[in-house]
Amino acid sequence: MTQYIIRRLLQMIPIAFGILTLVFSLIHLIPGDPAVQIAGESARPEDVIAVRKSLGLDQPLWSQYVSYLTHVLRGDLGKSFQTNESVTVQIRQRYPATMQLAFGAMLIALAIAFPLGIISAIYRGSWIDNLARVFALIGVSMPSFALGPLLIIFFAIDHTWFPVSGRDEGLKSLVLPSLTMGLALAAILTRMIRTSLADELTQLYVTTAVAKGVTRGKAIFRHALKNALIPVITVVALQFGSLLTGAIITEQIFSWPGLGRLLLQSISTRDYPQVQASILVIALTYIFVNFASDLLYGVVDPRIKLQ
Amino acid sequence: MKKLLRNFAFTSGLILTVLLVVVALAAPLLARYDPNVQDTARRLEPPSKSHPLGLDDLGRDVLSRVLFGARVSLRVGFSVVILASLIGITLGAMAGYFGGWTDTIIMRVTDILLAFPGILLAIALVAVLGPSLNNVILALVIIGWVGYARLVRGQVLKVREMEFVVAARALGARSPRVIVRHVLPNVINPIIVMATLGLAGVILSEAALSFLGLGVQPPTPSWGAMLTSGRRYLGLANHLAIFPGAAIMLAVMGLNFLGDGLIDALDPKYRKEL
Repeated sequence: MTQYIIRRLLQMIPIAFGILTLVFSLIHLIPGDPAVQIAGESARPEDVIAVRKSLGLDQPLWSQYVSYLTHVLRGDLGKSFQTNESVTVQIRQRYPATMQLAFGAMLIALAIAFPLGIISAIYRGSWIDNLARVFALIGVSMPSFALGPLLIIFFAIDHTWFPVSGRDEGLKSLVLPSLTMGLALAAILTRMIRTSLADELTQLYVTTAVAKGVTRGKAIFRHALKNALIPVITVVALQFGSLLTGAIITEQIFSWPGLGRLLLQSISTRDYPQVQASILVIALTYIFVNFASDLLYGVVDPRIKLQ
Repeated sequence: MKKLLRNFAFTSGLILTVLLVVVALAAPLLARYDPNVQDTARRLEPPSKSHPLGLDDLGRDVLSRVLFGARVSLRVGFSVVILASLIGITLGAMAGYFGGWTDTIIMRVTDILLAFPGILLAIALVAVLGPSLNNVILALVIIGWVGYARLVRGQVLKVREMEFVVAARALGARSPRVIVRHVLPNVINPIIVMATLGLAGVILSEAALSFLGLGVQPPTPSWGAMLTSGRRYLGLANHLAIFPGAAIMLAVMGLNFLGDGLIDALDPKYRKEL
């Protein structure tokens, strides 16, 4: 296992560098003179020079790159133009909100997908299986920015059960944003669990177990389900990474004070150090989650480690 | 083909997609009003006989804007899918066919782009390049070619060693000819499936970027941007959010159904790879 972890960690290093390089290059992609764009077209020349200096844009490119990497490795992601504080201050405040949203969505997705997927696999071709299929197709085609407003209309305006936006009412505030993100994921997972379990149920070891006198319920839950869950676990972990990026849109719909909203607010105020830092943190969390899901795959399916 | 048409998902997908294309092409004929003409005295008016989907916050006809919005979605969708697939196919074929350094460099770039969450990269690119239709297309092409390159490379690696390719090479055919005439026709089916499903993905991404204010700029009608303004009037004028949302959903659902049916028809093996 240790060897497997080390191998995967080594594979992650060039990707992390690639992401750092991409994020570093962003500021250089700004059309025209980045310093003028950041300071504003009507800024005084001395302000433009100040911006150029503060971002190190007056240095040669390689020296900017080396300095960026060394600063990032030291945990220094730069200063926000808006607050003049370290960009990490805002990120630290917003990170828990995004995580909370992602966990909420995952919880909802699992709570729907597990029973629905298992029932559809057991009763293939039944009305509940067909219902699950329709739910899955609608779920993957319904973007969060179309579903979110519908949920707000029904649950927050027509029936005032949940707040329209914000994060001030604790768990109540969490329900609608989590549902918005979780339903699409529930659709994907339901199909996955259904297909995976239906495949396992046709395997000979299940027939053998039943032939030897094991009850059908036991054969399903004690034998087939365990094997069926192997691919599902990885997908769950991988999808957690997608939830982090999906949160950018959901946070905007519900004015949820997370990292995604911070990113969009910084884009609109042209606070580029904050933009770069938010992107970097979301991307690094994403690849870390993917890395963790790979490890998890190795743990639940010993064959993977051997490959 | 007959069997395919009996497939419910494929047929309904085909109908929805044809409808989408017809609506986009014939928008000027179908729309009863100019999508940009404002009648502020009647703003936020609910659906009525003369305006079946109501009027928006500036008094513009929502139905006309939804119809014209299909044009933006499809323009971005087709531009991105065509450009991304051309770039992806070329680079993927080069990587698979030549191997060595070409392969290493192209594949490392795809590794990094795949590790970076797609929509985040698109947001980042549009944020620095500036919000506009062309920049949305550019950003989505930059994240979109990777999938095609991976797919084509994998297929080329398989086909490269097959006897008919070795024979073509032995007969003196040059590399570009071997790739275009012998290798690519063998990988076209999975590409068509990927492009159909990719079109749905691009339409969603464009709508998402426009929803975040980073895509098509006003007054051009775009479903995503219409949803943004609709969000501001939830409770007051729900039709502003409901109809563009439904349009996006139907378009994406149609393309997903179509792609799903095509998998069965063209490349059943692909289902396992998805």
